[in-house]
Amino acid sequence: MGDPPPYPEPPSQEPGTRRSSQVSEPSLDQIQYPAGVPEEEMPQIQASVPGWSQWGGLPQQESMPMFPPEAARVGDMEYPSMNLGFPPEFQTLPYLDESRIQGADQTNLILQQLQRDQGNLLQRLESVYQDPRSNLLDQFYQRDPQQLYEGSQPGPYIRDDPALQFTPSELGLPPYGAEVPEPEPRQLAVQNAKAYLLQTSAGCPLSLYEHLVNLLTKILNQRPEDPLSILESLNRTTQWEWFHPKLDTLRDDPEMQPTYEMAEKQKALFVRGGGGAEGEQEMEEEVADTAVPNVMEAAFYFQQAGVGLSSDESFRVFLALKQLVEQQPIHTCRFWGKVLGLSRNYLVAEVEFREGEEEGEEEEVEEMLEGGEAMEAHAEEEGEEDEEKVADVVPKPTWKPPPVIPKEESRSGTNKYLYFVCSEPGRPWTRLPHVTPAQIVQARKIRKFLTGHLDAPVISYPPFPGNEANYLRAQIARISAATQISPLGFYQFGEEEGDEEEEGGAGRDSYEENPDFEGIPVLELVDSMANWVHHTQHILPQGRCTWVNPLQKTEEEEELGEEEEKADEGLEEVEQEVGPPLLTPLSEDAEIMHMSAWTARVSCTLCPQYSVAIVRSNLWPGAYTYATGKKFENIYIGWGHKYSPENFNPALPAPIQQEYPSGPEIMEMSDPTVEEEQALKAAQEQALAAAEEEEEDEEEDEDEDQDD
Amino acid sequence: MDAEGLLLSLELASGSGQGLGPDRRASLLTSLMLVKRDYRYDRVLFWGRILGLVSDYYIAQGVSEDQLAPRKTLYSLNCMEWSLLPPATEEMVAQTAVVKGRFMGDPSHEYEHTELQKVNEGEKVFEEEVVIQIKEETRLVSVIDQIDKTVAIIPRGALFKTPFGPTHVNRTFEGLSLSEAKKLSSYFHFREPVDLKNKTLLEKADLDPSLDFMDSLEHDIPKGSWSIQMERGNALVVLRSLLWPGLTFYHAPRTKNYGYIYVGTGEKNIDLPFML
Repeated sequence: MGDPPPYPEPPSQEPGTRRSSQVSEPSLDQIQYPAGVPEEEMPQIQASVPGWSQWGGLPQQESMPMFPPEAARVGDMEYPSMNLGFPPEFQTLPYLDESRIQGADQTNLILQQLQRDQGNLLQRLESVYQDPRSNLLDQFYQRDPQQLYEGSQPGPYIRDDPALQFTPSELGLPPYGAEVPEPEPRQLAVQNAKAYLLQTSAGCPLSLYEHLVNLLTKILNQRPEDPLSILESLNRTTQWEWFHPKLDTLRDDPEMQPTYEMAEKQKALFVRGGGGAEGEQEMEEEVADTAVPNVMEAAFYFQQAGVGLSSDESFRVFLALKQLVEQQPIHTCRFWGKVLGLSRNYLVAEVEFREGEEEGEEEEVEEMLEGGEAMEAHAEEEGEEDEEKVADVVPKPTWKPPPVIPKEESRSGTNKYLYFVCSEPGRPWTRLPHVTPAQIVQARKIRKFLTGHLDAPVISYPPFPGNEANYLRAQIARISAATQISPLGFYQFGEEEGDEEEEGGAGRDSYEENPDFEGIPVLELVDSMANWVHHTQHILPQGRCTWVNPLQKTEEEEELGEEEEKADEGLEEVEQEVGPPLLTPLSEDAEIMHMSAWTARVSCTLCPQYSVAIVRSNLWPGAYTYATGKKFENIYIGWGHKYSPENFNPALPAPIQQEYPSGPEIMEMSDPTVEEEQALKAAQEQALAAAEEEEEDEEEDEDEDQDD
Repeated sequence: MDAEGLLLSLELASGSGQGLGPDRRASLLTSLMLVKRDYRYDRVLFWGRILGLVSDYYIAQGVSEDQLAPRKTLYSLNCMEWSLLPPATEEMVAQTAVVKGRFMGDPSHEYEHTELQKVNEGEKVFEEEVVIQIKEETRLVSVIDQIDKTVAIIPRGALFKTPFGPTHVNRTFEGLSLSEAKKLSSYFHFREPVDLKNKTLLEKADLDPSLDFMDSLEHDIPKGSWSIQMERGNALVVLRSLLWPGLTFYHAPRTKNYGYIYVGTGEKNIDLPFML
């Protein structure tokens, strides 16, 4: 609001202009009493309207200033004094001016009338008024509220006026009533104005009057700082609140429905299983041996490094894992981490089933797949037979798909563990299928965000064989293989199991805990990467951990001698792929662009004696490991993608295949060009002409001979 | 995130997995207060953490009275001593665009970049390899600036503009409603508007000039570069940027809590179009 113009000529000379847009001006400058207000008029009004009129002396920084615009907007006021008709509801402070000029005594009568009429509003405001809120106007609260309600005191907020600390009698002003105005037209005007304000339109049950009452009540309740600047938002909020009453004991808020559902589900997590009688027994059983990992402990240590979920989220994860352990026959369980997705996230649990508990689901799925494949092969064969019966033999395509590399058995290699996912603690856990080498190979070539829905298709080139569940599983396998590490010595190889040569140099694939492990000091762990080892097998380029010669099974293909996709494999010989053996120290890890693949830190430099060692993977951002003493744990929280300093280059489409091998019977020749055809034609004509000439010559010779 | 409600904010933003350790939190609570006093900022925001190889940078920003005025950026290696960073300029951004890879963690580290520059010597023009040294501090400044310009966001209604020009914090902001919270159009970029004048008149007619004076996220390119999720069963809406992975914006609907934090390597995800 700009500077209000100086107080102009008395408003009585311009009654009509009151309703113009300049209404705010006089109202504002009326507040600036200290500036240049006709002092002599003030006492009269103060006398005439005790207490109420003394609003005129209100300093500028009061919260009152915001009211004038409200009151000004109240309507087209033909009678400025009409504004005085709302003393109990509005701080029609500025309109005191008019009252001052035009006979304040009239106003008093009007006020009294209206006050009697507006008993309820006054009550409402009374409650507001009694509210002992402290604010800038604390100094004005010294005055006992009750005093101001004597007699025909109209406005409850009189206490805010500094001049109100004194009663009119103290000021030595003549009592109100010296002037005797005409009440009738004034009264009528006030009532008219009020009736206008109270009207409601068909579309809106809320009248302006009510709205302004609400607004001002709200403001006076909350007493915000600088309310003028937030007036518009307050206005909007008040209106909104009228139409959206908060208290509705019968109906639930529709928006909060999913929240409540989620809360219900999570509440189920917190309920302990079993009845009360079995409570003690169960407690003992649970304490004795449980597969549920100590998620809280791991979360605590990770938190030292600033990694991981918040503690209540971790606790909920713990409860969810407990639920999983109860539902499935689980031998060991570990919280693997959280993979972020576009619309939902995945909480991943790494479990191992008990011995002998085979995954029935998995087998069923496999059977279905095999059945499907058999059907397809059968259909193809029939199709081919039909084709052979046709007279023209269509050349058979010589392309055969590359051999499918068999996936690894459960509990070995990449499928050593089973993974369960859920999107939020409280939701049911879903098992992820085992990963096949083909999926891992393709997953290395693509880079896609996970959406959060397991059955979403993965649209990419080269096409990923599977849906998001498979892609997620493949990424989990890759991350596990690359970032699951432990301090050197924690795991050791078991007793010698057979000859290394027999295993084809693939190395050992099992390890066991070292009971004699004594822990490595934190500082040493941080200093050298050689103190950490991988305890998951490296995945070969083939997509498996143990190498399998893909050509051994398919002898027919060897005879055909077709090419394979991998460059270093010859037609019939495939080189064995070798990877680093198990329990390789991290110092052997390849560097990324002159940068080591791991970053190790102490969690807190200020207290190294109690810190833990934190190792962060630079290759898979989001993979963390902590170790302290004899404890260690891995976790992954991230998007599930590898870090590459270079930009992602999508695979180029495959080269165009040869349609058929060129052979003598199928050989393309280009059509002769026009010139050649013409030349040929000319040559033929020449030959023909030459032949005719010869015939003619012969005939002539014969004729000549005959003649002779 | 505002330094005032740092602890709560860190809890709410922890869904992305990266946060701060307790020692860092304690240091921040103390040091940010001192920063606010010393530099006389209206608000101090804890911007986030850039992970470097040797050490991490902790970044804070100071906001003056006018919320949209350029913010001052400070960095620290230990959350205690803060140093002011110079404001970003276009040349800085252009110069550091060639630097790739992770941050080292040492502000005085210099990246070397060889460029072929045409050198005129007399009448001959030939190319010479010039090695340009780029300081890590410059790179830090430009990365922070880029992140701020592209992915720093606030909910609609959190700031409002007065007719005089300055932008203020809206004290009557009670939070977005649940239905609004799930829409991208309820969030604005926390920077001077760039696209606003390109809107059609019809669109502009629906805008409230005191609240809608910044660009919304709706027209961000590429489309889908934001992931909106509701966590804790609709009690928290989290927006994660896919263009700068590591930026998390959180807001508890119907409350005043909101903020963003960046914890990441400081590298743009240029492969985004391939990944969607």
